[in-house]
Amino acid sequence: MLKNIIDVKNLSKSFDISSKEPGLKGTIKHFFRRQTKSLKVIKDISFEIKEGEIVGFLGANGAGKTTILKMLCGLIYPSEGSILVSGYFPFRRKENFLKNITLIMGQKQQLLWDLPPIESFYLNASIYDLDKFEAKKRIKKLSEMLEIDEELFIPVRKLSLGQRMKSELLAALIHEPNILFLDEPTLGLDINAQRNLRKFLQKYNEETNATICLTSHYMKDITSLCKRVICVHEGAISYDGKLDLLLKKLSPVKEILIVCRSEEDAIKLENSGFTVKNKIKNEITLKIENNAITSSLKTILNNFDIEDLFINEPPIDEVIGKVLIKKDYDI
Amino acid sequence: MNLRKYLKVYNKFLHTSLASELEYKTNILVDLVTAILSLVGSIFLLSIFIQNSGYIGGWKFEQALIIQAIYTILNGITNTWFNPNLTEIVKHIREGTLDFVLLKPIDSQFFISLKKINPSGFLEITLGFLLLFFCIRINQINLNLSFLTLSLITISCSICILYSLWFFISTTTIWFVKTWNAIEVLRSFLYIGRFPLSSFSFSLRIFFSVFIPIAFITTIPSEVFLGLSVFWKILLEIIVATIFLINSRRFWLFALKYYSSASS
Repeated sequence: MLKNIIDVKNLSKSFDISSKEPGLKGTIKHFFRRQTKSLKVIKDISFEIKEGEIVGFLGANGAGKTTILKMLCGLIYPSEGSILVSGYFPFRRKENFLKNITLIMGQKQQLLWDLPPIESFYLNASIYDLDKFEAKKRIKKLSEMLEIDEELFIPVRKLSLGQRMKSELLAALIHEPNILFLDEPTLGLDINAQRNLRKFLQKYNEETNATICLTSHYMKDITSLCKRVICVHEGAISYDGKLDLLLKKLSPVKEILIVCRSEEDAIKLENSGFTVKNKIKNEITLKIENNAITSSLKTILNNFDIEDLFINEPPIDEVIGKVLIKKDYDI
Repeated sequence: MNLRKYLKVYNKFLHTSLASELEYKTNILVDLVTAILSLVGSIFLLSIFIQNSGYIGGWKFEQALIIQAIYTILNGITNTWFNPNLTEIVKHIREGTLDFVLLKPIDSQFFISLKKINPSGFLEITLGFLLLFFCIRINQINLNLSFLTLSLITISCSICILYSLWFFISTTTIWFVKTWNAIEVLRSFLYIGRFPLSSFSFSLRIFFSVFIPIAFITTIPSEVFLGLSVFWKILLEIIVATIFLINSRRFWLFALKYYSSASS
């Protein structure tokens, strides 16, 4: 049985937030008497993550996903509750703990801007106390996996966003961490660069059995990498479980477009007891529950003269979008 | 603490920041010219202050030049290490890139205080030392072991005080986010260090000794050079430097508990 590598119990975090009224009067008032209020951004959450799991954190902007990641890696001190990551309390930031983890943020960079990425890699290697030979070996291995070569020797400021992100990944993984915290790693990347990055993460996970905690607004990142998702709504967990179960729950029916040989067949099908969404001439769209798809299609194909049919999956963004605005999901 | 690792990392810091700076040749040339002009301007200003009475705060021109030399060395150190690194703390905190520093298995204060160097500051340090050797000659200072030890101790203490003050102000960014102005005020106070403490009024002397110990930074090492130093002053400077250094460290560790990281 796989052991828990992350263990979070009744975790909460509050921040003091100041608010300001609009206009000059508000500005002056804000300057002299700043009104702050304590805002609970994470509310009593608990979850466990097993070694080697890839878990996606889903939520709207400001839901608290990044705050959770930052508490898990030890950047933010929790207000209440306990966190254990790889047996360590993260905020103590012990050397052995830090050598085990990495944080990659799509919107922030650690590479030295004016120098080629290779310089940042060797700097990181010295910080992680790797000798030159070992560092060279790891850079070679990771650059092959990431498919970067010449880019290693071009100043960072001259690299494309995709090349920069790959280099960021290499810099963040040179110490071979076994827990990866990724905060929107594909932000701003084009479709091909996103796909390559996902491919790399999948491969890295398979080869090293690293645990990956990922936040992303690109649903493709979540669906292609994560079997499990944790949905965060206004600082609380609204769903924690398998992604496919959530999708089934959120979209229990599929739409099937059937093109009949004649309009008469379409009329016959319309009156045969299926739920009809719409009908245009010889084309009819039916709504069929996921668990009845096979039997329904069998019936249709045996009893009607069908020219063609299409099964339409509801758009994943639309389905997941429902999670972001709902408080609780019992599956 | 693994000293070998820290030396290796510092070696990398030196290498990468030199390489970064050398990417911009013109900028280095401008910095070098500025350093020379700044020293010439300061000596000219000092000569204007002194031309009527021949003294400033009871110090002759050639004696006051020692203060100028020590100030130039310290300003060179400021421009080489403190300015590029400690002003960057504000940026790290405002933009949230301190996250990367805190997650590295290395002391965060070491990292943010020494990561960068500005090579043009080396010229200022060199000019400062050249001026100091010139002053040693014209003031006929006898170089012996106790003199060298005391000068080294007092200049080291000055560096510690200067660093701690700057680091302390930069650390407050964790709460106040923007502290550029406070750093500018500190820099302008440092200019005061070009003149002997005795050239100021009594109240200002107290202010620059007790509240912002700029006076310790240049005056006490200069007194050592001129053989005017008294034991209690040197001891006081050592105590002040130790207190400042320890407290800047403790304040940093305390402040990190309040670091909330920038939102993404």
